[in-house]
Amino acid sequence: MSQEAETEAPRPYTLVAELSYRCPLACGYCSNPLDLDKHTRELDTAAWKRVLGEAAALGVLQVNLTGGEPLVRDDLEELVAAARTLSLYVNLITSGVPLGAARLARLAAAGVDSLQLSVQDTDGEGGRWIAGRDCLSAKLEVAAAARALGLPLTLNVVIHRGNIARVAEFVALAERVGAERLELANTQYLGWALLNREALLPSRAALAEARAVALAARERLRGKIEILFVRPDYDVGRPRACMDGWARRYLVVTPDGTALPCHQAASITTLAFENVRERALGDIWTDSPAFRAFRGEAWMPEPCRSCDERARDFGGCRCQAFALVGDARATDPACDKAPRHDLVVAARLHAERDEPAVRPPIRLRRMRAG
Amino acid sequence: MIGAGSRPRLASKARLRVDPRSGKHVLLYPERGLELTETAARIAALCGQGLTVAAIVEKLASAYADAERARIEDEVLTFLRSLDERGLLVFAGEDGGA
Repeated sequence: MSQEAETEAPRPYTLVAELSYRCPLACGYCSNPLDLDKHTRELDTAAWKRVLGEAAALGVLQVNLTGGEPLVRDDLEELVAAARTLSLYVNLITSGVPLGAARLARLAAAGVDSLQLSVQDTDGEGGRWIAGRDCLSAKLEVAAAARALGLPLTLNVVIHRGNIARVAEFVALAERVGAERLELANTQYLGWALLNREALLPSRAALAEARAVALAARERLRGKIEILFVRPDYDVGRPRACMDGWARRYLVVTPDGTALPCHQAASITTLAFENVRERALGDIWTDSPAFRAFRGEAWMPEPCRSCDERARDFGGCRCQAFALVGDARATDPACDKAPRHDLVVAARLHAERDEPAVRPPIRLRRMRAG
Repeated sequence: MIGAGSRPRLASKARLRVDPRSGKHVLLYPERGLELTETAARIAALCGQGLTVAAIVEKLASAYADAERARIEDEVLTFLRSLDERGLLVFAGEDGGA
């Protein structure tokens, strides 16, 4: 939705419903919080249905059912059906582990509009390195089942140093399984990915080559497979328009009911986020101090405040400013106009080293409980 | 290429609905949405009825009796091409289309 006038009150178009932090995979770039062990008290079915209803009333048109792994919830079918009853467009974002054809058929019947299946690597060893296990064959089965059901399929790939050489293989895989969309999104270096940044950030040459391969495939497959290649903000020199602006179009609800403007926002420990158990979602969206903190432009320091690009990038990523600079109001260091851009430059220079012969150890995302 | 004989229908990933806030039609697809003009919404609704592009133009021409036919034709093709670019159309029938 791009035509909305800025003078209107901010309206969430998409609800990201993180149904559970439980997950059979352990990806070293996971966007879930580092302290996910502390958030094991999940909302129940009735609470999620209320959240879906309140989101629809706020103007939400799409819901992303995600996690962790949403399949761990036995009530997933019921929540999909509830979302469809509200006419929401239902994106199911999953690792597909484990997802048999029978359950996928039930989910499709319940009203899933689009299935987004993560693929970690086309190389088994690579999958084990980044996710703790190789589950490509299970994913191929899910893709085949989706195709048999006529369920629109997106393959979601997070790109990093370990798989960036295989963009052509990811494209071939998307063609082979009949995916309609391939999202090649570079890792965002926050949370788990920031812990593992040294092992994950690719060299500029590798990025340029991967991008060229992706763009050529996009031209070749135009109208058949939509191919997205999301560059890392570290490489671009400009901040990304994170979540299309803070609390502007997206609303995230975590497994325990915390409402956030983005997946990572809880990492900003200087803000207090409210919970849908205690307050209506609409009130949180409109009035919560944390949601209002970086809305619009009044919060911006220089050089953002007078920058020509502030309406396009909304000042970049607040979580990244907090994680790297220690101040959520600071200019996103991904921007080459930022006072602390040197932090990103240093990481990038380190990524220019020669490829190691072996894959370095990384911190896999693990939960102690659950 | 989309021609007069093409029979477009919306891809299964695309869903047309009314946005209760604005009262306008929106075409939803994975993680995106397009807000449609009244004409575009009519065209989208006509996709999938087994009609050729020529027949869709015909229907619109009778709905908008004042408008020039060439302009309607142009508008239909431009809109359908923009949907096709996004992978939101599939084509049935052998007399044209992809």
